[in-house]
Formats: sequence, structure tokens, C-alpha cells
Amino acid sequence: MTALARLATLFRRAPMFRDRSNAIATALLGIAIAYAGFRFVEWGIVNAIWSLPQEAGSQACRATRGQGACWAVIAERFRFIVCGAYPFDQQWRPACACLLFLVLYVASTIRTLWNWRLLALWIALPAAAVTLLRGGLFGISYVPSEFWGGLPLTFLLSTVGFAAAFPFAVALALGRRAELPAVKGVCIAYIELVRGIPLVTFLFMASVMFPLFVPQGVTIDKLLRAQIAIVLVIAAYVAEVLRGGLQAVPKAQYEAAASIGLSYWPSTMLIVLPQALRVSIPALVNTFIAFFKDTSLVIAIGLFDLLGAAKAVIVDAKWVGFGVEVYLFTALVYFVFCYGVSQYSRTLEISKTL
Amino acid sequence: MLHVDMQSVNKWFDDLHVLRDITLEVERGERIVICGPSGSGKSTLIRCINGLESFESGRIVVDGIELTDDIKQIEHVRRGVGMVFQGFNLFPHLTVLENCTLAPIWVKKMPREAANDVAMDYLRRVRIPEQANRFPGQLSGGQQQRAAIARALCMNPRIILFDEPTSALDPEMITEVLDTMIHLAEAGMTMICVTHEMGFARQVANRIVFMDAGQIVEVNEPRAFFGAPRHPRTRAFLGQILDGRSARAAVGR
Repeated sequence: MTALARLATLFRRAPMFRDRSNAIATALLGIAIAYAGFRFVEWGIVNAIWSLPQEAGSQACRATRGQGACWAVIAERFRFIVCGAYPFDQQWRPACACLLFLVLYVASTIRTLWNWRLLALWIALPAAAVTLLRGGLFGISYVPSEFWGGLPLTFLLSTVGFAAAFPFAVALALGRRAELPAVKGVCIAYIELVRGIPLVTFLFMASVMFPLFVPQGVTIDKLLRAQIAIVLVIAAYVAEVLRGGLQAVPKAQYEAAASIGLSYWPSTMLIVLPQALRVSIPALVNTFIAFFKDTSLVIAIGLFDLLGAAKAVIVDAKWVGFGVEVYLFTALVYFVFCYGVSQYSRTLEISKTL
Repeated sequence: MLHVDMQSVNKWFDDLHVLRDITLEVERGERIVICGPSGSGKSTLIRCINGLESFESGRIVVDGIELTDDIKQIEHVRRGVGMVFQGFNLFPHLTVLENCTLAPIWVKKMPREAANDVAMDYLRRVRIPEQANRFPGQLSGGQQQRAAIARALCMNPRIILFDEPTSALDPEMITEVLDTMIHLAEAGMTMICVTHEMGFARQVANRIVFMDAGQIVEVNEPRAFFGAPRHPRTRAFLGQILDGRSARAAVGR
């Protein structure tokens, strides 16, 4: 049998060609996908405009609208999308801040750092990134948080949000299982209340309502308020994830820990939590990915994260109408990070020696 | 002074009266084997001794410390009482060595090096020093149970409780665990052991306690227990398990 004939047999036996209706459905879908793919390549690559001469208007792009993508908008407005309204001559700072977060993410995957060093990094690197963005120290100029934006803001809100929420979430999850009715009640009330209210509502409350309740003259930075709101919300969700993990630890483990004389805290920190965290990894990653994207809701209170900056680009008169390109680019950035995180978490689940 | 003193202990699981008026007095260095049909309350009894189960009435004093509702008191007792479980219950996320050193380091505040030395010493004694840096999931059942024994011994307990330590093991691994337990018995530690291994009971026990339906039916020294059981229920039980053994042995042959 020739290789071609063998391939043909293989094809005929494949489930999608098993009977007539399957074969028809497969053929129709195949044609639809091929057509869509072809049109996308034609629009996105063949007819696309990748760059425009300096100081040129967007006429060339407008002329090909409908036939070709205008990636020139990304090329031209790249720094704005990534860095937001940050002062142009100072944009090395948000770039470095992004780099610090990337270093943090990569370092988190290195097993030999999984001890106090990683904890130190999770405190030091975000702090360094904030310092860098803020300035006013070491001879770099002060940039108020209204001007922060783009990718570093997305990294900041999600990373600090998750990191700060985590210890709080652990406390909530343990508190929910506490024997003291008061502790238990407070934790349940908090978790259920926060989970029952949309994140946007919290952001509005942080932005608009909160200033009404603090004495005059006291101002708390709007970004900080948004960050705190995000932390409080993430904590409730992570607490529920951890509760599931805690329930998965067999009773026998608690008994074994008790039988060698460990009291509540050592037994919780050394035996129960490490095992609970491990089974929680997929759900934790899911929560992280969800909030990595949900931080884009800060646009509602006038902060410009990655998506906010992208939106600001397409209201610019020069680039009005090129939303598809800008949104596709933003989607790609979000996807790269979320997909990376999810792939990494799969290797963790498979690993036996965690 | 008695090492373990249980006086008129009663326990209920809701309506079920699982321990009825249990009185058991164990001398220092004594080796007690508890046997009986399943559901007779044997495991519950020894789990009361280190406070894993509470009880409704009666009094338990372990090594001079009375078990009360006070968790500090219970933890105090547990520090001097080791326990080995049917299901091993090793900590799966820690290596064998870390399983052994955890309590010495965190409860006794022993320096890590010293704890490692103690742990390696016990791992050699249970003959699995080469497994020290592996995870429990990588060990056979018999090796896991021996690691669990080493873990219990690392706290240098004065009393050790065994809760059916060989029931979850394949037959070929039972011997290696029983051998380890016989070695311990020779070292003079107070041992209370729930087991169906009658050979072990005959060889090691000072006294055998037979339980049925939450009650202690008979306490006797091994020779009398096997040779001339006083109570009909003991006789019935022994008849059943010894028959079962010889039947299985016959099939095996």
C-alpha cells in the first residue's frame, strides 16, 4: 500500500468522516474555516499596511479599509498602548517596571527559589516597580499616578492585587472553618457579601463613595483606592478556592499531624495548607487569569490600563475607525500572558514533587 | 504508677454506644494487644488515649496527665504518645526524612541537624535509611508503614499506639512491619496495639484484650487467651479467625 493510500484509509476511518452526516458537517465546517482563515490572512497579512512614513496621516490606511488591516496604528501608537499617558521622555520607567514584573513571573517558576527568597521577591519587585513609576526619589522626577497607564498598570493591579489578597484569603478560608461562631460568621458574611457584588461597583465605591466618608483634607490616591478594592474582591474569591482545597485534605492528615503533637498553627501551616494549595492550583490559576483581565474594569473610574490606553488610542481623530486592529493587538497581549500562565499551571499539576 | 489508666470510659456516636464502661489499666513497659470483631470499638478505644476521640464520661490518665477538654493538656499527652495508623498517614508533600523531623523541629524546637540525626537513626532502625529523601508516594506500603513508625519514634514517645498497622498491607509486607514492631517491643516501650495478627499477639503481648460491641469482654495473658479462653464470645471469635487463617493457608498451599 502506498503512503497516499494509507493516508486515505486513515482519513476515511477518522470519526469526522464516519458516516454521511458527519462527513457533510466536516466538509461544510472545513470550508467555512478555510474561507475565514483565507480572508483573515488576506486582510491581516497580504493587504495589511505595516507602517506609514513619519508624520503621515492615516489616509493610506483609510484607503485600504475593509481590504487590509492597518497595523501601522500599533506601530505608531505602541508606546502609548504600553505606557499610557506617562510622560514621553520618562517612558523607560514603565518599560523597566514591566520588565520587573516579567522577572517576577519568571522567577516564580524556578523551583529552587521556592522559599523565603520568592516571598522576598514578591514584596521587593512590585515595590521597586511602584517606586520606579512614582519617582520623586534618587533624582528621578515625581509622576503622579494619574499618568500611569498601559501594561505596567495591568501588571501592577493584578499582581499586587493577587499577592496582597492571598494572605487575606488564607485567613478568610481558615476563618470560615473556625469553631468560634463569631469568626466564622464574619468570614462567611464578608465572602458572601463581596462575591454578591460586581467588581465595578466596588471600583465606583472606592472612587466616588469612599472620599465622602473620610475627613476633609485626607486624600488617598485614586489608584491606591482602586487597588484596595481589587484586593478586597480577589480575597473573597481566592478564599472560596482555598476552602475547596482545604476540604480536599483528608481528615487522616489532620489526625497524623495531631498525633505527633503539632498544634493548630504548625499543623495548618506545615501540613494542611501546603496540600490544600496544591489541589487548589488549577482553580487559583483560573482566578488569577480572570482577575488579570478584570482589572481592565478600572477604565470605569478613569484609570488607563492596557485596555484603557488602547481605547484612548482609537478615540484619537487620526485613528478613529481602527478599533479592530487595536483591540486584536490588546487581545493578543492578554492572551499571551493568560495562556502562558495556564500552560505553566498544567506542568505544576502534573508534577509529583510539588 | 499506671502508664495508661482508663476508668469507666463511655462514648457515644449520637445514639450508638461505642465504648461501654471501659476500664483498662496498663503498666509501664507493658505490651497490650486489643482484638475483636470489626465495629467492636477497638480503634475508638486507642484513639481516646491520645485524644483523637473525645469521650462522654469516665476518666483517662496518660503518663500522669489527665485528658480533659483542654487542648493544651491533650497536646501535652500527644507529645509523649506516638501513634501508627492503618493507612500510614504520612505527609505526602514531605520527604520521609522531613516527615520524621517535622515534630522534633516544630514541637520540641530541636535544631534541624540534631533532628536529622535522630531521624536517620530511627530510619536505620526500621531499615529504610536509603529512602530518607524520597516522597511517601514512591515507597511500598511496608516501607511507608515503617517510615510512619520511625516518624512516631522520632518524638521519643514513652507510649506507642498501633491502630491495625498491618491491615492495609499486602501479605508479603506484613512480616517486615511486624518484625519492626517486635524490635520495638524488645526495647521496653509501653505498646498498645490493635491488630488481628494473632501470631504477633502470642509472641509479644503481655496481655490480650478482647472487645465486642463496645465492651471489654476478656483480658487475659496470651497463653490462657489462646489456650483456654474464658468467654464464649472470645471462643467464637478465635474459632472464626483461626479457621480463616488455616483455610487461607490451605488454599495457599
